[in-house]
Amino acid sequence: MQELLGIPAPLLFGQLLIGLINGAFYALLSLGLAVIFGVLNVINFAHGALYMLGAFMAWLLLTYLGIGYWPALILSPLIVGAAGIVIERTMLSRLYELDHLYGLLFTFGLALIIEGTFINFYGVSGQPYAPPKMLTGGYNLGFMFLPTYRAWVIVASLLVCFGTWLLIERTRLGSYLRAAVERPDLVRAFGINVPLMMTLTYGFAVALAGFAGVLAAPIYTVSPIMGQNLIIVVFAIVVIGGLGSILGSIVTGLGIGLIEGLTRTFYPEASSTVIFVIMAIVLIIRPHGLFGRSRE
Amino acid sequence: MRLMKLAMATTAIMVLGTTAQAEISDGVVKIGVLNDRSGLYADLSGEGSVVAARMAVEDFGGDLKVEVLSADHQNKPDVGSSVARQWIDQDGVDVIVDVPTSSVALAVQQVTADTDTAFLNSGAATTALTNAQCAPTFVHWTYDTYALSVGTGKAVVEGGGDTWFFLTADYAFGHQLQADTAAVVEANGGTVVGSVNHPLSTTDFSSFLLQAQASGAKVIGLANAGGDTTNAIKQANSFGIVQSGQQLAALLGFITDVHALGLDVAQGLTLTTGFYWDRDDASREFAERFAEKMNGQKPTMVHAGVYSAVAHYLKAVAEIDDDGGKAAVDQMKTMPINDFFAADGKIRPDGRMVHDMYLVKVKTPDESKGPWDYYDILATIPGDEAFQPLDKSTCPLVTN
Amino acid sequence: MSFPAGRAANLLLAAAGLALLVVAPFTGLYPVFLMKLLCFALFACAFNLMLGYVGLLSFGHAAFFGMAAYYTGHVVKEWGFDPLLGILTGAVGAALMGLVFGAIAIRQRGIYFAMITLALAQMVYFFCLQVPFTHGEDGIQGIPRGRLFGLIDLRDSLNMYFFVAAIFVVGFAMIQRTVHSPFGQALKGIRENEARMISLGYPVARIKVMAFTISAGLAGLAGATKSIVFQTATLTDVHWHMSGEVVLMTLIGGMGTILGPVVGAGVIVTLQNYLATIGSWVTVVMGVIFVVCVLTFRRGIVGEILARLGWR
Repeated sequence: MQELLGIPAPLLFGQLLIGLINGAFYALLSLGLAVIFGVLNVINFAHGALYMLGAFMAWLLLTYLGIGYWPALILSPLIVGAAGIVIERTMLSRLYELDHLYGLLFTFGLALIIEGTFINFYGVSGQPYAPPKMLTGGYNLGFMFLPTYRAWVIVASLLVCFGTWLLIERTRLGSYLRAAVERPDLVRAFGINVPLMMTLTYGFAVALAGFAGVLAAPIYTVSPIMGQNLIIVVFAIVVIGGLGSILGSIVTGLGIGLIEGLTRTFYPEASSTVIFVIMAIVLIIRPHGLFGRSRE
Repeated sequence: MRLMKLAMATTAIMVLGTTAQAEISDGVVKIGVLNDRSGLYADLSGEGSVVAARMAVEDFGGDLKVEVLSADHQNKPDVGSSVARQWIDQDGVDVIVDVPTSSVALAVQQVTADTDTAFLNSGAATTALTNAQCAPTFVHWTYDTYALSVGTGKAVVEGGGDTWFFLTADYAFGHQLQADTAAVVEANGGTVVGSVNHPLSTTDFSSFLLQAQASGAKVIGLANAGGDTTNAIKQANSFGIVQSGQQLAALLGFITDVHALGLDVAQGLTLTTGFYWDRDDASREFAERFAEKMNGQKPTMVHAGVYSAVAHYLKAVAEIDDDGGKAAVDQMKTMPINDFFAADGKIRPDGRMVHDMYLVKVKTPDESKGPWDYYDILATIPGDEAFQPLDKSTCPLVTN
Repeated sequence: MSFPAGRAANLLLAAAGLALLVVAPFTGLYPVFLMKLLCFALFACAFNLMLGYVGLLSFGHAAFFGMAAYYTGHVVKEWGFDPLLGILTGAVGAALMGLVFGAIAIRQRGIYFAMITLALAQMVYFFCLQVPFTHGEDGIQGIPRGRLFGLIDLRDSLNMYFFVAAIFVVGFAMIQRTVHSPFGQALKGIRENEARMISLGYPVARIKVMAFTISAGLAGLAGATKSIVFQTATLTDVHWHMSGEVVLMTLIGGMGTILGPVVGAGVIVTLQNYLATIGSWVTVVMGVIFVVCVLTFRRGIVGEILARLGWR
């Protein structure tokens, strides 16, 4: 058996591939977080809770209404997005003028409410959610066995990430958005409804989190605390990528997935901590993250 | 409110003055059920243990006045020890039962030993409770890491699974479970080819599973608990690990875990348990009554152990008319335990309750006749073999 | 903040506070509860020094609180230190950590400062999980309360209470001293207009590191004391949830006010204590408090009262 870096090559490739799958998840979540920060100037601590909400919606739809995976993949993000719009309109929109700190604290409280409520009704031990029939089974890649569902996760999240990036960088709507980030007053002067745009952006970004939740449901157990630890990892990714940088969050998400995969091979105990080491180093060298610009 | 507190404080002082004599302090035997009511272990202990304790009280009848309190320790040792202390200081609790999570159990042990309060543990796994950290006020009722590893480790090696790879939760409990099992595996002629430590509460096990797969071991031992175990089993299934011929051994598995996984995923799993509800008429009768109060859920071994421990405790207290911690436990040690949970069970000087353990295999969906019909009992492990021999105990009560 | 009503009002307030501290254990309140409250109040005050007076949100203060608890637990239990010496060891250890963290993090501002302190605290958490002296998830248990100066038996709740109260008063006084010194004025200057302070020739970075070190040391003092009270030092104290909790306390009480963190800690600890019976709804209640606080009274309880009285 060929060896690379002291471990068998097939094992190394397997780890990298798995890292990439996790990275795709990270990218999807950090993308939403980055968009929200870029446009609304809010650090959305509730992102993990909304991701959990997405997964739970899929489970609730299946359990109580018999609605399966594919419709849930559309419905569940829509529900989460709608919830996001309500939150933004009624509460979050009052905080834009204030320090970042208040947005962060508000969404932190929101996360506690959402997660606490679900814990009370469903406990934390988690509900099983089976993958759709056509995505069961897997491929033997020679160096590892790749479950079909994980392959689908990678394809779906990369497509969505790329689509979002195109939307923001290459369309007229996207250019309004980017302009609104830089000079909301001017954009408003051109007759564009900035508050509406912000509402829709928040709705869209949390719908992305909901989408990630549905994707995750068949892999992990659907549990109210599934987003709790994820959120600070995703947070760190966005900070490393540079707050508000969309491309940065996607690239960093995938990169962190790979690095985590390698850590799990060489020093598994540290796999949940390595990201914070990277974050500290990056911030010391580049105070605004890898792709970020200074915005005071 | 404040008046009430004052009144309570004065009664507490009066009680302090009188505990030296043999009698029931403040006229009531207060049972505190302390466990996880919202976290990872809420299903296997939680409300079910409170229900079991109440059932034991109702069944006891007797002329003792008994109250049952309950609280959530959130799996945090500091929360657990401060609740225990407050219960004992303020509410006059005489016995604390259940307490899953080893770290919390060890913290509570310090408090109960200091205050001469009985402590009957059903939920925690660590053998430290009956070894270096043992106490004269303590009984370990249901299971421990040693019993689990003996049961599962020996049976699996004898069944041909002689090379092992461990997936270990990176904390004291996981390491102990791995060490205990590895010793059993090696003593029975097997070898351990490797292990990987994963952080507690890992969501994605795929890369660890891949390492286990690459090791070529016949058996993957899961030295973890709760959500970590179920996630690992579920993901092992999707990565085709079982299908490609490797066997999974859950070293700590409860019937609630099997229920959460579903038989599709859990089938074929071997594990060791101290109780299975469908074993005989007495256990079925208890499970039936328990399920009525718990929306159809059948009891885990922890629930059954709580019932058995509380019932035995009340008998002992009624016998000597004293609810002091050491006095009650001393009396419990003199009486054999015969109920649906244990046949001729006995409590050793180190606090270990010795009873038979069962090696079970999870049924296939076809074999199962309905919800909660999950196990085939493969073997009964006699108590003397299941638990650590007394002469190996490092408990100061035994060695001195 | 200065009271127009002058020193008399301050003295009166201080006297009332002291009287309350002395009387509290005789009201029938559970002493361990009071001690917990005081530890968290001191922790929140220490945190407020950074957030309220320098304007920097540290999301990693649990690292100082928790590590100090471990240091103290270790030296008292394993090396047989006197409880006071043990607590001082913990506080000094935390202050040294604060110095290092501060030196690393101080160039950052706003959300980046919060993030880098979180990153450093997560590393501390990992360190605590891995090294043997913390005993992993068991924590250090059975830390003896011992005898103060070899004389006063701290196993007695009342003695312990007055010991904790004394530590609280000393810590609180140190914070007041810092805030009202020229150094404290410089801190407020940095909060209001950093560029101006730089141009005035103040060594801004060094002042901020100093403040961070003091804050960390006092947070450590609180954590160390808590470890003696509860006789345990565990991972709960270094987890990032603890960092979040102290933010909540400070926010509810009123950041940048002297008594705010004390009131905030009182509210949260009382809620946790008396809502424990409703189980996990506590989380929801805390979340609602957070949200309501941010939406309606951002100045916090004390801040709102002061504003109504026109004292600000």
